Amino acid sequence: MFFRRKKPKLEAKKEIPDGLWIKCNSCGEILYRKELAKKLWICEKCGYHFKIDSRRYVSILTDEFNELFSEFSPVNSLGFRDYEEKLEKDYKKTGLKDAIICGEAEIGNHNVVLSCMDFFFRGGSMGSVVGEKVKLSILHAMNRKIPLIVVCASGGARMQEGILSLMQMAKTSATLNLLADARIPYISILTNPTTAGVMASYASLGDIVIAEPGALIGFAGPRVIRDTVREELPPGFQTSEFLLEHGMLDAVVPRDRLKETLIGILDFFKS
Amino acid sequence: MNRTFLEFEKPIVELERKIDDLKLLQQEGIADLGDEIAGLEKKLKKLQDDIYGSLTRWQRVQLARHPARPYFLDYVRYITENFLEIHGDGCFRDDPAIICGLARIKGKSVVLIGQEKGRTTKEKIKRNFGMAHPEGYRKALKVARLAARFGKPLVCLVDTTGAYPGIGAEERGQAQAIAVNIKEFAHLPTPIIVVITGEGGSGGALGIGVGDVIAIMQYAYYSVISPEGCASILWRDASKAPEAAEALKVTAQDLIELGVVDKVIPEPSGGAHRNPNEAASILRDFILGEIDRLSGIPVEELVKKRIEKFQGMGVVKRDI
Ligand SMILES: [Zn+2]
Repeated sequence: MFFRRKKPKLEAKKEIPDGLWIKCNSCGEILYRKELAKKLWICEKCGYHFKIDSRRYVSILTDEFNELFSEFSPVNSLGFRDYEEKLEKDYKKTGLKDAIICGEAEIGNHNVVLSCMDFFFRGGSMGSVVGEKVKLSILHAMNRKIPLIVVCASGGARMQEGILSLMQMAKTSATLNLLADARIPYISILTNPTTAGVMASYASLGDIVIAEPGALIGFAGPRVIRDTVREELPPGFQTSEFLLEHGMLDAVVPRDRLKETLIGILDFFKS
Repeated sequence: MNRTFLEFEKPIVELERKIDDLKLLQQEGIADLGDEIAGLEKKLKKLQDDIYGSLTRWQRVQLARHPARPYFLDYVRYITENFLEIHGDGCFRDDPAIICGLARIKGKSVVLIGQEKGRTTKEKIKRNFGMAHPEGYRKALKVARLAARFGKPLVCLVDTTGAYPGIGAEERGQAQAIAVNIKEFAHLPTPIIVVITGEGGSGGALGIGVGDVIAIMQYAYYSVISPEGCASILWRDASKAPEAAEALKVTAQDLIELGVVDKVIPEPSGGAHRNPNEAASILRDFILGEIDRLSGIPVEELVKKRIEKFQGMGVVKRDI
């Protein structure tokens, strides 16, 4: 039949393995789990930011969080082979129905809408559910007249939802016009990685766009680019720092300073 | 007749050649072949109906990429009375992969935007095979705003494999340029007509693909990723592109069913490349009809409906 894979795909290495001791993915330093958690999963030696899930971001950034739009789950509308199984597997792994959680949150003494993407669910890919929940988050921020913060982590569109996933770029970006018209601030936070369809839509469209250090950020994947241009990519290509240098980001802020930075921005807009 | 043809077009091309040969003999008065020619023409019609009536999705993708398919500049030549190209993004450079201009179609002023793949090898290289850089999208936004400022309808003809994945493109913000276009096109206060004429390649297409009416030509396709790209990511085998094209549901009919496009523009029998004049004239009539229809709607309502249209796209399950 169709779609048989020649070799079984190697199971991706866990970003944060189980156990008391964790080796840094960047410098190789052996780190004590408890300490690493206290440091918000930043390597104390080299500053590498471990990829963390949406719940960790919520706990790092907020004082209170009431989830919204949890009633949505994905549909295999194209009848794409193996899609349900993949969704089920990631549901078991993460406890999430799709790659985003949204809610009303308290940060400092600010009420905001916070939407956090989750890289550990289908690589943070954007299908109809992610698009719909981002849209509803925008509309909720508009109705409640409170700022919107989106933490992005995504490899791009959800292939298994075909053209409908591409249209989520239009759905979210078009809706952001309404938020802009209502003069409600939107802060976009780019984490490792934020690429392709998400970067080419709402991730790029914040009134303020901030990235964590060392994140991979771009339109096309590095492998695709290397295959196209057939030359070595410049050092640090498509990192947060590279984008900052090329004028494509407002700021790079380490994870342990994100919350105070957000509070500062929210204070600025409020007064 | 075009000399380039696809594998599945071969029987048609061979039969056509035979008919042409017989017609030549007939003209020269060598033999009376009238009956035979009529018979073969009947056979040709049936052969065409059979082949084009049962195309696989992958064959349709190949038709959309047909080397003889009319490109943006061909349509400009056939459709517009005069065309003034507007170059440059006013910032970095002129991107030849996207062409913009002021045009008159049957006396109506229209701003045109489209990707151009280039016909000759030299042209293809100059136009980067229709794969635009950020400055191309920024040029498109420049003219789109011009159109909106003066209330002129905007027509976008989409035909691209995708936005260019290169070093300079990333340095200059390919993703940002596309994102801004999507957002801005969604609320520009002027009628916007989008037609996928060939390849609708993902974000590169959507960067000039938001409008009041989204139409697709009969043998064009529109996809989140190229079938080859999908096959190589999911199955690590680009040669499984035909299966990927099936799975991704990329054809005009699929897109209608998924609620992503509003209208399918018919093509001449066998595809636009077999009769570019006719294809262009059908396209021109469609554009004029849509300009008439959309011009009758107050622009605030147009924008509201445009945003709502995209807000409604996608399929989700909602637990109660
Ligand atoms: Zn380290």
